[in-house]
Amino acid sequence: MTADDSHDDIPVQRAAPRIGHRGSGDPQVAIDTPVVFDLEDVAVYYGAFRAVRGVAMKVLKNQITALIGPSGCGKTTLLRAFNRMHDVIPGARVTGKLQYHGIDLYGPQVSATEVRRRIGMVFQKPNPFPKSIYDNVAFGPRVNGTKNKIELDAIVEKSLRAAALWDEVKDRLGSSALGMSGGQQQRLCIARTIAVEPEVVLMDEPCSALDPIATARIEELMRELKSRFTIVIVTHNMQQAARVSDRTAFFTAELDSANDRRTGILVEYDVTQKIFSNPSDERTENYITGRFG
Amino acid sequence: MTTVASDLHAKPSWRSARSAIMTGLMVAAVGAVALPLVAVLWAVIERGASVAFASFPDFFTSEIPVISRRAGPGMGPAIVGTFLVTGGATLLSVPLGILGAIYLNEYGGTRKLARAVRFMATVMTGVPSIVMGLFIYIMWTMRFGYSAFGGALALAALMLPVVIGSTEQMLRLVPSHLREASYALGATKSRTIIAIVLPAAAPGIVSGCLLAVARAAGETAPLLFAVGAATAYNPSLFDEANTSLSLQIFGNATSSFAAAQDRAWGAAFTLVLLTFLVTFIARVVTARFSRMR
Ligand SMILES: Nc1ncnc2c1ncn2[C@@H]1O[C@H](COP(=O)(O)OP(=O)(O)OP(=O)(O)O)[C@@H](O)[C@H]1O
Ligand SMILES: [Mg+2]
Repeated sequence: MTADDSHDDIPVQRAAPRIGHRGSGDPQVAIDTPVVFDLEDVAVYYGAFRAVRGVAMKVLKNQITALIGPSGCGKTTLLRAFNRMHDVIPGARVTGKLQYHGIDLYGPQVSATEVRRRIGMVFQKPNPFPKSIYDNVAFGPRVNGTKNKIELDAIVEKSLRAAALWDEVKDRLGSSALGMSGGQQQRLCIARTIAVEPEVVLMDEPCSALDPIATARIEELMRELKSRFTIVIVTHNMQQAARVSDRTAFFTAELDSANDRRTGILVEYDVTQKIFSNPSDERTENYITGRFG
Repeated sequence: MTTVASDLHAKPSWRSARSAIMTGLMVAAVGAVALPLVAVLWAVIERGASVAFASFPDFFTSEIPVISRRAGPGMGPAIVGTFLVTGGATLLSVPLGILGAIYLNEYGGTRKLARAVRFMATVMTGVPSIVMGLFIYIMWTMRFGYSAFGGALALAALMLPVVIGSTEQMLRLVPSHLREASYALGATKSRTIIAIVLPAAAPGIVSGCLLAVARAAGETAPLLFAVGAATAYNPSLFDEANTSLSLQIFGNATSSFAAAQDRAWGAAFTLVLLTFLVTFIARVVTARFSRMR
């Protein structure tokens, strides 16, 4: 399968429904911005434990969507539902409606590998393979059938350039990725992810292990990548969410009367500016102003 | 400043005394463990090297004297036989054991079949080697006669559970974030196992297999029934009686003739040397293949 025909079997839903938050008005978003993910009443379970429930939101194409909220409210859990990473955890399951361009991601015909090829993921902890820098970036394209050395070289260079890493590593592509700094490793993981030309890049706290300079670099990178990819990012850093994202979803954990355990819920989802200047929910306001209990 | 600095100086206390005692005990324990090892090596080298290297390379190339009371070399046929028997056993057990371990760790999980296989492997580890030799004698040798292959079968049966156990352990140690990174790039499970999990676990797997091979190379009891007692070169794996270094050590060391006992020491030295060489080569090769760690 080549990059050109890869999106054929998932029709792009052009005429997206209006997404403004309860008539909040949405000046930044044109009415016809395509919806990439459409969630309704999504819940994720680990065995009998319901980690998040009742999530309804729409993720828009070529936007950066930030997921924020206190620790343990299920941000990672929800993020992993977007590219079926829960399939590899025994006992984990996703319920509700989770559509990707109008297709049920968890439908019986849908292959998790195909899903993950289109929806890439950058993890919280940099996790390069114990291979050379080159082989790390080339892994995804190779898995997807690119064997031609010249083609691979081109992809590797392009991806490393896009991740603002090329100049630092171009002379040592053959050396181990584990010999890089944490920030370089994380940018390598980003390069590795975009090397397969996904449509969506999911990022789980990509800067949590990085210093402010490396963080600024990755934020800049995200803004650049936005024109080519749709980005969903989990972050604990509210300034970061405010700086880079177009829309922000605030989650919190509440006691679930069903089983007496804390379950994550989506409190508010809106344009980032609105969330940080004039949130409609008191819990959001308390959290972003640091009054969270 | 001086007061602060002097506060940092260690004060003589019960804590540092205890530390010294513990360190001393640890050194003593290491010594106690190393002592027998060094003693064995020393005895073998002291008494064996002179025999093995007298009129080099006769000892390694000449046939075994038919009349054991006669002095002189050599052990050539036993070296060839050891390679045939141990090599055959390795070819039988290592691929099978690694595949079995992959099934157990990656696919089987807690399924009934996996649990049954794991249980059988554990039981097989406990079977005394002479019982395994007897089993092969009944199942194979009584039908097809003495051969190196019969010995290889017996050794393979002994090695298999060791290879399965150590390989499964090594696969389990491969961090899950590496697998997840691979899945997130759209790799299938089999691709992930071949391209990520096995290379990451390779050095450990090789160590485990080498240990199994080295142990098998020194096994005598299971070969007594299966291999026979040749004194001439027999390069065939399947036909006619063969011999091995371990069998020659056993046979010659229990002889009452000094010449035979000397040959036993020479054979012991040769076996240690071969084991060392094989281990060394295998290590170098794996280091080359997994330099990217
Ligand atoms: N593999 C798992 N098995 C069982 N429970 C899990 C698993 N992973 C997460 N959980 C639980 O699900 C809940 C949500 O976890 P999650 O990791 O999604 O939180 P988070 O919002 O990402 O938190 P953080 O900000 O600390 O990363 C927590 O109560 C956690 O204990
Ligand atoms: Mg998390």
